[in-house]
This record gives sequence, structure tokens and C-alpha cells, in this order.
Amino acid sequence: MPRTLYEIAHARTGDKGNIANISLIAYKPEDYELLVREITEERVAKQFSDRSPSKVTRYLLPKLHAMNFILHDVLDGGVNDSLNLDMHGKSLSFHLLNLEI
Amino acid sequence: MKTISIGCGAGFSGDRTDAALPVVKTLIERGGASAIIFENLAERTLATHQLTKQSNPDLGYEPLLELEIKPILEDCLKHGVTIVGNFGAANPKGAAKLIMQIAKDLGLPNPRIAVIEGDDLSGERGKKIIHEHLGKEFNHEKFVCANAYQGALEIAQAIQAGAQIVVAGRVADPSLTVGPVMAHYRWHSDQWDEIAGATMAGHLLECGAQVSGGYFADPGKKEVSNMEDVGFPIAEVFPDGSCIITKANNTGGLVSAQTVKEQLLYELHDPAAYITPDVVADITMAIVEELEKDRVRLSGVKGHPQTSTLKANVFFDGGWFGEGEISYAGQNAETRARLAMDIMQKRMGGVMQLRFDLIGVSSILGDDKNYMLKRVANSYSQDVRLRVAGQHQDLNEVDRLLRELTALWTGGPAGGGGVRVGKRRRLSTQSCLVKRAHAPASFYFFDA
Repeated sequence: MPRTLYEIAHARTGDKGNIANISLIAYKPEDYELLVREITEERVAKQFSDRSPSKVTRYLLPKLHAMNFILHDVLDGGVNDSLNLDMHGKSLSFHLLNLEI
Repeated sequence: MKTISIGCGAGFSGDRTDAALPVVKTLIERGGASAIIFENLAERTLATHQLTKQSNPDLGYEPLLELEIKPILEDCLKHGVTIVGNFGAANPKGAAKLIMQIAKDLGLPNPRIAVIEGDDLSGERGKKIIHEHLGKEFNHEKFVCANAYQGALEIAQAIQAGAQIVVAGRVADPSLTVGPVMAHYRWHSDQWDEIAGATMAGHLLECGAQVSGGYFADPGKKEVSNMEDVGFPIAEVFPDGSCIITKANNTGGLVSAQTVKEQLLYELHDPAAYITPDVVADITMAIVEELEKDRVRLSGVKGHPQTSTLKANVFFDGGWFGEGEISYAGQNAETRARLAMDIMQKRMGGVMQLRFDLIGVSSILGDDKNYMLKRVANSYSQDVRLRVAGQHQDLNEVDRLLRELTALWTGGPAGGGGVRVGKRRRLSTQSCLVKRAHAPASFYFFDA
């Protein structure tokens, strides 16, 4: 089995309008550098390509051993316009954790 | 100076109504200054309440208000625990009236209830301001309501003027916490670092259980005990704005560095600029430390001067949303569900864009244009539920969608069962930034 992010990090999704943010937090401080190296904006954009993000921005929080990804236009219009069962995109964090490392 | 503790009694409209009492009991046991906040307004919730108020001017406040307040009112008044909530929603005065009535029913003396106003821009004056900001995007016929996010200052002033209960409509969620802290330490509104710290404490509290084990548990990976009795959070906020997050005594749940980090970044974009009406908070250098079981410190939050504008959310009539589901089981179930999907596309696809989900196969990661579902090969699942959703300006067309879904029972593939359909009004959102002078906040004491 390939190793996935799920083993070394945890994550949480929040929504504002048509933008999702997904935090990615290393369980162990020593794994933070690996996250920074491997989990780039490009890889995250690819992982969510079915949602056609117009832009993905990554913010680094070294003191928290965490990163924050901002995925633009991935919620089909957001909570008031989406037809998705999960209109907030709350389940998306676990899709991010499926990335192989 | 003694610190102040702020507890959270609700994190959204419809939260557990038995969560607040253990928080209040804990605040009383700890002694010292304290307040309990109720955060009842998500982006969409307020617009729904505005619609309710338009059909009945006496309503439009949080529908669970009585269930929230009744169990705690006597303890809070007796022990000086200030109650602060945005449960006023579209009708803060109506909420104040109900709380006064609850106090009477319980045989308590009239509480001092302050009402915050100034957020509601749905009237003619407010509409004009919003129109100027949105320009061509403003649709007079479809306009439902607009509310500006107010800050902590008027909450603090009301408490300093003697309020035991502060009823607000649209104030920024963290401001519910900043208000009582500001009043307690008599901070000036330009003590940016302190206010930013209290803002992040408020941010951690505002979703209730989400910082104390809720939205976190993942068996085998992130264990949380006694989740059926998850304790709601309490923040001890210090004079420098740093805080310790803990939770109600003798409850389940968990406050750890992990739960605090997840909630700190929840619904946050640029960590250097978390903008509220009170301050621009910067958490890039913030430190989260686990001190002991269920006690986590947040420090190092920086503050920058507040912006010159307030965010306003504007809602327009967005027509109707409809959805329905039907299940298939056993051999070839997924193929039959896919045939039902094909039938619906052929009968209704020309009327509105339809979203399909095969629950049990692909139902949540896909997109409204069905790109993902089209790519997912038949997995020959033997337990599949088809979901179809669409929206239309015309209610008749949405009703037709629901009838078509129901007709799959007799006119669809073999063995289709468990049809459920539902519809609701749609509200579409816009937001804009208005000058503070255009939406000044103030407070008054509700007179029984």
C-alpha cells in the first residue's frame, strides 16, 4: 500500500462563499518539512481537478507545523447555490489526506 | 487583575440545547468574571430568519431561543454570568421581549437586556446603500435582505453600562467574545494585539464543540472519548489577549493541541490577515501549547488596525431547489440506478441542469456538472441510492422534477424503493464592503 498523507497529518475544511480552505497539520513536528516539500499548490489543484479550482493558494504556519490551502471556486457556487449533498465541502479534507507521499 | 472566562453555549442555529448548562455550572464553580456566548447565525441562517420576519413581524429571532435560555437564565443572573448572543437574528427586539417573558415566567426580577442595532440594511435607507455598492448587480425585485457585520465595541459598552444580557443580530462571530473581554479589561478599541488575541479566542469558541472534540474524532486515528456528551468550550482570556482553551467540567470530548490547531485555521484564509470589524488578526507567529489534559494555551497572536469598512451580506431570491432519492438493491442494482439516472436526464435535463449522485458509489466528491460521475465506471454495487438535484426560478418546474422522481417508482427500473423528495427556497448571496459610517451600531436597554 502506498503511504498517504492520512498517516502523518490531519486536516479540516471550512467554507466562505465559493471558497474552501483546508488546513493540513502534521502530527509530528519532524514531518512538517516533508509536507512543505511535497504538498504543493500544484499537487492540491490536481487532487481537486474535478472541482476545477480557479486558483489554489498555500500559506505556511511553521510554528503550528501546519499549512492552509485556499481553493477558489470549488464549491459549485457555495452553500446557497450548490446542488451537492455536502454543499459546504466539509468532506473535502479527507480527499486531501488521500494524497500519496 | 483577575482573568475573565468566556464559555460557549451554542455554535450554530440548532445546536444541542443541553450543552450550555454544564458550561454555566463550570463558570460559576471557577468564580471570577465570566460570560457565555451563543453563536446562532451562519451566513444563510440570518436570511432565512429575515424571510420569517417578513411573514410575521413578531418572529425572526433564533427559533430555539427559549430552549437555549430557559435552562441557564436563573443561574446566570444570580451569579453574574453575562449572556451575549446573536440570537436576535433578524429581530433582536423580539428576542429581548421573549427573554424578558422567560424571566417573568421563572419568577425572576427583570434582567437588564441590551439590544444592539445598526446591522440591518434591509430597509429603504440600507437598500440604497447596498444598491450604490453593488451597482448593476443589484436586483430590486429579488432583493430579500442585507446585514452588515458589526463588531465588539457596542457589546462592550452595553456591558459596561450594566447589561446582564446582550442581544445582537449580525455581529461578527468572534466579536461576541471580544465584547465581554473588552468590557472586563476596559481595553481601548486600538489595543490591536490584545483585541486580536481575544478575537482568536472567540474564533476558537464560536463553533461550540468544534474545538473540543467535535468535527475531529476519527476512530483509530484521532480518538475522542464520550462524544455523546461532548463538553462545550471555555476560554480563559488574559489581560494581554492570550488565552487558555478548556471545556465544561465532567463532560466528554477533548481539547488538545490538535483540536485547537484545526479550529484555529477553520474558515480562515490568509493567516496574516484575519479581518473582523474589530481588528486584523495575524496568527503567523501564534503558538499552541498543550499545558495539561484539556487545557491548551494560544499565544503570540498579533493585531493590526481595523479596516475602514464593514462586510455586508446581501441576499436575493434565488428561486427553488428540489431533490429526491430512490434506492436499488441486489444483483445489477447499480446498472438499474444508472438507468434511472438516464431516464431523469432525458425527461428533465432540458428543463434544468441536474446533478446526479450514486450514493454508495460516488456522491460527495463529485461536481454539479457530473464530470466525476461520468468517469466512474460501474462498480456493480448491490446497494445504491440515486440522488437527483436541481434548481429553477419557477416553483412549478421544481415541482415537476419532484413528480418525475416519484414516478420512477412505477415507471422506472425494477425494484426501485424508498422515494423521498423535498424542496426549499433558494437565496443567492452577494457580499460587499460598506463604509462604517453607513452602518453605525448602537445599543439601547429593552424596556419591559
